Amino acid sequence: MATVIVDGKEIEIGAHERLNCIEAARRAGVEIPHYCWHPGLSVVASCRMCLVETGTRDAATGKITMMPKLVPGCQTPAKDGTVIVTDTALVKDSRARVEESLLIDHPIDCSICDKAGECLLQDYHFEHGQTERRTDLQPFHSRRRDVGPTVTLFVDRCIMCTRCVRFTREVSGTSELMVINRGSKEEISVFPGFPLDNKLSGNVVDLCPVGALGDKDFLYQQRVWFLKRESNVCGGCSAGCSIVTEHNQDTVYRLKPRENPHVNKWWMCDEGRYGWHHLHSPDRLLSAGRLVSSGEDRETVEWSVVVTRLREELAAAGRLAVAISPMLTLEEAWMLCAAARSIDPQAGLFLGHVPTSGGDESFPGGFTIRAEKCPNRRGIEAIIGLFEPAVRGWDDLVRAVAASEYDAAWITAAYPHAWIDDVTAAPFGRLRSLVVQDLFESPLSKLATWRLPAAGFAERSGTWVNVAHRAQTFTAAVRPPAGVWPEGRLFWNMLGRRGLYDPNAVRRQIADSSVSLAAIGGDMPAHGVDLRVDQLAST
Amino acid sequence: MKPTDPAITWLEEKPLGLTERLYLPLFLQGLSITARHMVSRKVTVNYPEVRPTVGNPLIYRGVHRLNRDDAGRVKCVACFLCATACPAHCIDIVATESPWPDREKYPESFTIDELRCIFCGMCEEACPVDAIELTSLLDLTGKSREEMVFDKEKLLSVYDMTKDAEPMKSKTLASEGMATFDHAPGHGAAAGGHH
Repeated sequence: MATVIVDGKEIEIGAHERLNCIEAARRAGVEIPHYCWHPGLSVVASCRMCLVETGTRDAATGKITMMPKLVPGCQTPAKDGTVIVTDTALVKDSRARVEESLLIDHPIDCSICDKAGECLLQDYHFEHGQTERRTDLQPFHSRRRDVGPTVTLFVDRCIMCTRCVRFTREVSGTSELMVINRGSKEEISVFPGFPLDNKLSGNVVDLCPVGALGDKDFLYQQRVWFLKRESNVCGGCSAGCSIVTEHNQDTVYRLKPRENPHVNKWWMCDEGRYGWHHLHSPDRLLSAGRLVSSGEDRETVEWSVVVTRLREELAAAGRLAVAISPMLTLEEAWMLCAAARSIDPQAGLFLGHVPTSGGDESFPGGFTIRAEKCPNRRGIEAIIGLFEPAVRGWDDLVRAVAASEYDAAWITAAYPHAWIDDVTAAPFGRLRSLVVQDLFESPLSKLATWRLPAAGFAERSGTWVNVAHRAQTFTAAVRPPAGVWPEGRLFWNMLGRRGLYDPNAVRRQIADSSVSLAAIGGDMPAHGVDLRVDQLAST
Repeated sequence: MKPTDPAITWLEEKPLGLTERLYLPLFLQGLSITARHMVSRKVTVNYPEVRPTVGNPLIYRGVHRLNRDDAGRVKCVACFLCATACPAHCIDIVATESPWPDREKYPESFTIDELRCIFCGMCEEACPVDAIELTSLLDLTGKSREEMVFDKEKLLSVYDMTKDAEPMKSKTLASEGMATFDHAPGHGAAAGGHH
């Protein structure tokens, strides 16, 4: 163990932990302001905001020797006997000087800047800056520079922390951004003809501590103080990145990565980041429709009627096959299996269609975009494993239906993109009863006897298991559109359970009934749990 | 201004003296005010036959208007500070990129639900570019609820209607020699930090 003294308070850090002064002080509850340092990027110590007084305590005599000069906290390792002082007049004065210098050529157009409200320059100025401004500059108009298809740069708002430049060099490995000019004329820019266009480009906007980099998708859409934040998991691919869904009045406005050292660290890909627009598509299915016995029209059925009528019709139809979509949560899948088996004790449970696209794509910073474009294949396989001896997939189901092994099928889908063609869907038309739960109309849902709407990823609560067997639990960020019941609510009611759908109760029930999923029984940590690790042994 | 600012003088409430504790002097003082009002000039009028006179239009809080800049464009920069300050949540703004080079964004739509509004004047106070103002128009009527939701065009037309009788308040105050902030169009003072 190593002892570090922060503002007179002694804290213990691990002997082999490589912490800098900012991280060590954070352990002691002291926040050292910083712009250029980011835990996921290399250290440049260029912003000078984290300057602190440091010294060493002699282990034998206990005598403290201070350094005469201020040192950058981000660049100074905290080791045994390191003394960090952050509240002296010298440190405070230094911070005020840095703030003053940054604001000399800042436009101060906070009122029209999208970053206002979550801007470090604002926050630090309020906390560490001076109340008077000694320059006589008036607020001015920031120059705008287009740096790529997703990101725009407000040149004059930049404070030259170079986080974005380092990100493109170290994490995405694409090196589009660079610093042009020297000294006070320094600016961020791109080479002509080489725009910031990579699959992680949106992250530079999150990294920017000020309003210099703007996300074109979010620009001017909403002031950040109106947004409500809900910790969520991205449903774009099987990586299962931890995210925060930012929404207001049941409308999602943007997704941001949430720090998770086991999954996505601090990043997320653009595909996931902008992959929420389908939630608000006008083409979504918005009501439960039952084919009218004569013709092609559908009558809208009340959900309370769906609960009973669906069960009766499926029971009357005969042998039942169920496709459990990898977009569903563990809880929904488990209830669906239970509901299907209560209708037909021999019901065939199949893993639903698993959409894939290309191959896994890795980046130098250790981030990987998965080819499997669904969040919960591992989880669904684990659930089916509780009911069936072997996991059969979507192709098996299509073959079985074509061979007339089943009389009825219940297909859950909820895919954001088109996923089935007419040829694959055709054999399903011969079934006596076909239930399709999907976000959008598809060749399959056109054949369906029951066409039920599905919930989007930010509208469901539950647990997903990612490609690395990490289970993450989350709650819905927004309510589904009027007329849509999330799958979990329908299954809960079909099982005849009382009250409101409670995914946590179902999750505990799954954990109690299964050894392989026992780890999800307790309160789930924000970073999720690894299903392969014996949780009882580690706690 | 932080609570620890040296410019703030913190005062303690004085303990009650003998006069306050006796109650009677204060009681007489109150009665004298009532008596004075019984004989003073009446301020009520027979509205609508007689229209009340607005004392000072600068501080009257009537129907809103959206001011125009010198080029006749809407002055608003869609910063949402009025919508943020509004305690009745009656302002709805949709911002978009402005078509003009000297301005970053502007309101694509700007609606005020006058029925929801409580005429507190917070929007006017919050506006960093003096774009939204309350006029001294006091009789606000309409045949339907929809009609009372004022959109951008209607709010601008209120400005066109009232600009001669009531010039922009920032200009009036400046001409009267009162201290105002000198805002260039399209720019506001810092929302955080500067005081």
